[in-house]
Amino acid sequence: MNEMSGTSATTTTKISSFVLLVVFITLALSLVALIFSVTIIGENSDAAWILLALGLLGVAISTYVLVETRRRLSKLKITVPPVNTTIECKKCGVKNVREFQRGDYIFKETEPCQKCNDKMLITAIYREVKEKQRFPF
Amino acid sequence: MNVTVALVGAQTKLAQFGDTSVTWILNILFYVIFVVFIFYGQRIQMYVMLREVEVSLYKLKFIKEEGRKTAIETVKEIGKPQTDPTDRIDRFLEYFTIGPQNLDPAGVVWKLEHILDVRDARLKDEVKSMAPASDETQVNNLENTLEAASALNFIYKVIRHFYLLGKKTLSLYVIMQIQMILPLVMREAEAYASALKAFAYGQPIGDGAGALVAGKLMHGHEIRKLEKDCVVATVPYEGRTAFVIKAEGPGGNVGKPGDAIKTIIEENEGKIATVIMIDAVLKLEGEALGEVAEGVGAAIGGPGVDAYKIEEELLKYRLPINAVLIREDIGDTVSPLRKEVFDSADKVLERVKQVVLEKTKEGDKVIIAGIGNTIGIGQ
Repeated sequence: MNEMSGTSATTTTKISSFVLLVVFITLALSLVALIFSVTIIGENSDAAWILLALGLLGVAISTYVLVETRRRLSKLKITVPPVNTTIECKKCGVKNVREFQRGDYIFKETEPCQKCNDKMLITAIYREVKEKQRFPF
Repeated sequence: MNVTVALVGAQTKLAQFGDTSVTWILNILFYVIFVVFIFYGQRIQMYVMLREVEVSLYKLKFIKEEGRKTAIETVKEIGKPQTDPTDRIDRFLEYFTIGPQNLDPAGVVWKLEHILDVRDARLKDEVKSMAPASDETQVNNLENTLEAASALNFIYKVIRHFYLLGKKTLSLYVIMQIQMILPLVMREAEAYASALKAFAYGQPIGDGAGALVAGKLMHGHEIRKLEKDCVVATVPYEGRTAFVIKAEGPGGNVGKPGDAIKTIIEENEGKIATVIMIDAVLKLEGEALGEVAEGVGAAIGGPGVDAYKIEEELLKYRLPINAVLIREDIGDTVSPLRKEVFDSADKVLERVKQVVLEKTKEGDKVIIAGIGNTIGIGQ
């Protein structure tokens, strides 16, 4: 992992036992409803369909809660975006872009230009972020 | 409500098919849910809110711990201390400042300024002693890093306080008020988390947009130091003389632009055609990042001491003041400079030129002050 960019996570990424208990109880009840619906489908088809719907709904909700909780916890990261430094030679116009290094600052004079041997200058330090969403208003 | 209606519908439907065991189960289930929601509806809602706060608290704890870890690692790496600085850093994170008594508001600005000066000196001394190998720029960057870690620690403790208080008292209103502001608090905490890394590495941040513009104007000209932690360059500008002011970089520093502007005005006996202040401002949702806006007034944030001094001085000589602002989000203000903000510096220069040409005449003197944290920006 690069020193200036990357992510870090921690051990706090555990799911609450209470949430797990509720999810698994719902899942178990939903499965019972599904099995029950299959067994009574010949005797009472309307009730069987209702139980089937309830069972499927229960399975869907509990799975969603479980996935969502895991997704939320996986978000526990501090992401350091990559920052670039632009170095320019004011005399011959040569431009270099490299990753930011500790000690860089805007208007700092750096190593001599390979083309004209004049001192180069850091003219820009910034990060680029791609916008995810654009609203029409 | 929809669940109740659906259950009633299902119950009626099932009743048509005789007293099967399924009908009975659904009947009982319906009544149980009905009774539970009548008596415990609010409590269930409260537990849902508490759970939401708890999840955010985990996240805050993680961010706070990361902040502390970054601060310790940076002090060890840059400062090369002889002993382990962990205890001192933990003490630093708990550091507080008591604001001045404002029962009699007359003179409160000077009291506030004095307290802030004492605080600043104390924090600098602490940093210098825990990181003896660091130079002036690094001391400023370390101070900013520790302040960001301290802010995260404070946010975590306040949210934890309300969470535990809500749990203890089971008061809906205690829990509700913290749950309602939680998204905004989390945004702020995430912003400080990105600031930490920027401060630790000495990268320019969004707040430094004003300082960047001033830096572009003064680069290559003779620079003079001003009180306190500010620099000024006298620049020939469109036939006028521009006194360009910014905080001294590249260390993390905002300086005291109030004092700097006052000094320049006094040195010129008030013969200044206009003062132009450039700063980053919080944008509203929907506004474009890096958008440039123009207006009048002292464009400077912070506790208000500098804005007060500038306004007093301007009033003394009846000087006009113009402001050029760069719109940014709270997260962008304290995290590494974004390309959009960097690019807007050239647009700001154009606006400044326009203001100078429109509001002053050749031979006039103008003050152009770039406000903000100058970390990662030289001059």
